[in-house]
Amino acid sequence: MKGNEALAEAAILAGCDGYFGYPITPQSEIMEYLMAEQPMHRTGMVVLQAESEIASINMVYGGAGAGKRVMTSSSSPGISLMQEGISYLAGAELPCVIVNVVRGGPGLGTIQPAQSDYFQSVKGGGHGDYKMITLAPFSVQEMADFVALGFDLAFKYRIPVMILSDGAIGQMMEKVVLPVQRPRWTEQEIREMSPWATVGRTKDRHNNIITSLNLKSDVQEEHNRQLQAKYKTIIENEVRYEESYCEDAEVILIAYGTSARICQKAVDIARHQGIKLGLLRPISLFPFPEAALIKYAEKVKGFLSVEMSAGQMVEDIRLVVEGKTKVAHYGRMGGIVPTTDEIIENVKNLIN
Amino acid sequence: MTEEIIIAGFGGQGVLSMGKILAYSGIMQDLEVSWMPSYGPEMRGGTANVTVILSNERISSPILSQFDTAIILNQQSMDKFEETVKPGGILIYDSNGITHHPTRKDIQIFRIDANDEAGKLGLKKVFNMIVLGGFLKIKPIVNLDNIHKGLEKSLPARYHHLIAENEKAITRGMEIIYQVDPA
Repeated sequence: MKGNEALAEAAILAGCDGYFGYPITPQSEIMEYLMAEQPMHRTGMVVLQAESEIASINMVYGGAGAGKRVMTSSSSPGISLMQEGISYLAGAELPCVIVNVVRGGPGLGTIQPAQSDYFQSVKGGGHGDYKMITLAPFSVQEMADFVALGFDLAFKYRIPVMILSDGAIGQMMEKVVLPVQRPRWTEQEIREMSPWATVGRTKDRHNNIITSLNLKSDVQEEHNRQLQAKYKTIIENEVRYEESYCEDAEVILIAYGTSARICQKAVDIARHQGIKLGLLRPISLFPFPEAALIKYAEKVKGFLSVEMSAGQMVEDIRLVVEGKTKVAHYGRMGGIVPTTDEIIENVKNLIN
Repeated sequence: MTEEIIIAGFGGQGVLSMGKILAYSGIMQDLEVSWMPSYGPEMRGGTANVTVILSNERISSPILSQFDTAIILNQQSMDKFEETVKPGGILIYDSNGITHHPTRKDIQIFRIDANDEAGKLGLKKVFNMIVLGGFLKIKPIVNLDNIHKGLEKSLPARYHHLIAENEKAITRGMEIIYQVDPA
């Protein structure tokens, strides 16, 4: 299956209640697959093509407010349009899954794969002090696996979860083992699990009001403090990463998504050449695998961040490492992916 | 065994579907596979290409700059991909529309006149399967039983009555491919 199709099928299997989206390359197969599959007849899941990305994200706001598992997907320019809605979702502490199959920017850019939306995903993107849990799949399997994981995390912390993919992972086909079907939640289950949800007032409780507006500054500051405390809990508990050949490495590549796949091959080639190269792959970009980086910072000659961008994640690596080792960046932009030869050449430069 | 293949030609020649059938057949043979298409503007009327990897091991990068085998079906693709074949690798091409034949001396070059053959058979639609047959003759990495299963898996049920025709084309492709010297 294509990465996009696997993600779409995984949404149905995750017991998702609603998908709202608007087509854009390179992620259009997600809605195309859902429309063809008609999950209304399988699980009762709603699939709706909205009139715009702005409408999609606000439909997500509405569905999430009702305690439903809802999601949207788009690619870079479309995700930019959604930023206001995402900030509102974060402010109102609503759980949802947002998928960004990144293409080259800025502006309309290109339809080829890129990773230039890293800042937008992990630093907020919209206005206000907020974070999204950001998961970066690097295979078709992870495109499928991260949907249910995304919903679990979203509801555990009442937070929007971003699945930050890219055009290559979305378009490629690989083997995938699909998860088993989870049932959609019943109204009763939603009432019990999400007592904040606006599902109709019952006699035994007050009105639930979902809003991101609070004009009293002291109350708003307290709300912000709670949000920050929540993000701290997430940093403590939800870091995900994968490392290979790091133990004896002289240089460690840091890469996620498609770049990490290319880096895997670069590590294989380098090891054949006798270069002690490792790979540390952040799976969660927020929270960032800081402890793992610190652990290796004092052992290696340097880190090389490999990204399909002008250098975004590399800034976070430098913040964490605080000068304990050299941190270099190698990136390609505009829809071009780095090659293994280029990566190895940069590793050699870093060693010398 | 790891076989890294690029298939490149015009949009509409069945480049992507040929890659898909090969990838599904690989799955049927319990191989690891990856299929990475060009999905850019070139697909809309220009050149299309797909990278297919079949391997006994975990596949790392789905995107490659060098290939064990290049299957080339138009001149633009020849210009772009002849140089990407690994030394000692294989280049298979259909001469239809080719003005500059391959010149590399450090690779093996095979020619298959699949377009002409498809015309003779009156089966223009299975052109890509003739080419696939040629490839399988040179690199028998997937057996024909698994190709059959791959066809079943990748073709929608309404086209299953055409599988026999596709297999005939594969067999024909195996017969008509031949090695040539560099130009």
